[in-house]
Amino acid sequence: MSARPLRRSGRAPGRRRPQWGTYLLLALAAAFFLLPVYLVLVTSLKPPAEINLSGTWLLPTHWNWASYATAWQAFAPKLLNSLILAIVATAASALMGSMNGYILSKWHFPGANIVFPLMLFGMFIPYQSILIPLFQFLRNIGLYGSLWGLILTHVVYGLPITTLIFRNFYAEIPDEMIEAARIDGADFFGIYGRIIFPLSISGFVVVIIWQFTQIWNEFLFAVTLTRQSTQPITVALAQLAGGEAVKWNLPMAGAVLAALPTLIIYIVLGRYFIRGLLAGSVKG
Amino acid sequence: MKITRDRLIAIVMLLPSAALIAIFVYGFIGRTFYVSLTNWGQDATQALALHPKLKFIGLANYTGLFGNFIETRFRQDLVNTFFFTILFLAGCLALGLGLAVLLDRGVKAEGLFRTIFLFPFALAFIVTGTIWRWMLQPQGGINVLPTLVGLPPARFGWLTSRVSVLRFDWNHLPLILGVAVAAILALAAWRGYRAGRGLGPSIAVALAALALLWALTLGRNAHPLPYPEQHGFNLAFIGIIIAAVWQMSGYTMALYLAGLRGIPEELREAARVDGATEWQLYRFVILPLLGPISLSAMIILGHISLKIFDLVFAMTGPDNAPTDVPALLMYLRSFRANQFAQGAAIAMVLLVMVAAVIIPYLYSSLRGEVRR
Repeated sequence: MSARPLRRSGRAPGRRRPQWGTYLLLALAAAFFLLPVYLVLVTSLKPPAEINLSGTWLLPTHWNWASYATAWQAFAPKLLNSLILAIVATAASALMGSMNGYILSKWHFPGANIVFPLMLFGMFIPYQSILIPLFQFLRNIGLYGSLWGLILTHVVYGLPITTLIFRNFYAEIPDEMIEAARIDGADFFGIYGRIIFPLSISGFVVVIIWQFTQIWNEFLFAVTLTRQSTQPITVALAQLAGGEAVKWNLPMAGAVLAALPTLIIYIVLGRYFIRGLLAGSVKG
Repeated sequence: MKITRDRLIAIVMLLPSAALIAIFVYGFIGRTFYVSLTNWGQDATQALALHPKLKFIGLANYTGLFGNFIETRFRQDLVNTFFFTILFLAGCLALGLGLAVLLDRGVKAEGLFRTIFLFPFALAFIVTGTIWRWMLQPQGGINVLPTLVGLPPARFGWLTSRVSVLRFDWNHLPLILGVAVAAILALAAWRGYRAGRGLGPSIAVALAALALLWALTLGRNAHPLPYPEQHGFNLAFIGIIIAAVWQMSGYTMALYLAGLRGIPEELREAARVDGATEWQLYRFVILPLLGPISLSAMIILGHISLKIFDLVFAMTGPDNAPTDVPALLMYLRSFRANQFAQGAAIAMVLLVMVAAVIIPYLYSSLRGEVRR
């Protein structure tokens, strides 16, 4: 797994300098990726009267920030829901995943080779295949429609990926360190508290970024298991944009608000983000 | 003694997670399968009961999905998923590999380009869908881009098109599948012969012949439906595929780039010393080494594509039949129409498709790990 860094250290001598054709192709690709960003920003900053189909690409005559104020008013409670959901579910699934990873990588017991793949399979299933019993279960215990039901759901279905990342992360910690601590008299929790946990900081960063992003962006559970008051931002945005009557400045401003948290994480902590996504492909 | 006590604690500490997965994944899948064998939803008074009375009706929901005139939409959804998956994979792999190769040539500002290509992966499918829905408005968005340089606007109905191409009769499906299986086996046999493997290729040839024989006799006459039913590739999907490629090709690029960075520089040097051109270097040295990454990427992207739900929901809404997919139909059947048994049957079909891709992948990944 140890995700290789994407940076190559130093360029070997004799390696050909890229030609202008390379840069031309890269610039074209960059345009394809940035075109929607331009359109979103321009549309969200136009006065509603200026938004029409034929003038889609024109710059606004004057910058109008009112769409953001309106979108913020409508979306602030939903953003708060998303924030609580993502923080609590991420923290819980990261802590449990860390413990599972520690056990599966350092405490070999019979059957571990069966338990681990069975856990892992849980992160690939289409969640439609568990949605009806989950819906029924949450109704029966009275958590349907509440944020806590959604949090529970994300903790459980987050366990496979967090366990996987931590297990592979801890596999790099030499067994001799564990052995030495054991000889010094450390028990199961002592080893975790004194050796494993202090060495896990970057593992936690990778897992927390990954889980936060996934949970923030998730839609299927959110749309089936919540009510109006407990909706996360993705559901609110889908509803706003799905209505035909609205002007496009509002959905675009809403899309920016919904995207900002994960986008900031990606730009600030990109290195860890990439390690998470490489980990998601099991082998990396 | 101490070690055994600690090992016991380890097992006890793993138990909560293992139990949660056992119940929420496997228990619930089992329950969904059971629900798919019942009539839940047919009796409206029972549909939303907390403890509904369910009647066992066997495989009726499944036979309905594949051979009942009401379920045309589900069959079109399967065809949609097939075409979506093929084009989405082709787009992501081609663009991802292309960008990775370009970035691997030692360009300046590589970090900036990487950030630009990968940022859509951090967005929600709902956000991507909302943005691209606006990009693909029939009288606006990219259709009016040509007018900026004085050309007439494009007229393609990206999301609204009702045109369907590559149409075929559902009743020919057994024949088509049989021939496809035969072709794949024949290809495998041909490659086996070239590699000089013992008995394997001969068996593959025999199986290919058998599949072909079946397709041309029984398969040709097996008509799941009593009437012809046309399905094809709906062009309204092209816009959704572009948005999906926009979101996921950066991820593919990151996978390929990690692979390219793992290829030792000496190997490239050796090929250059031997007089290989850049093209030959990529074609005969680097691309073969990236094979395993392509396979991983195809599996990861393929299972995402089978499950695609939010993007379609955000781009064409849940009720646009031409751009429907099974994951969306399951949601509509279960949570809009309260036809839980039918929804469960669709979910099980979806699960089987995803499992067919993922289980061999997990098996080979983890087996390789143990060997290491």
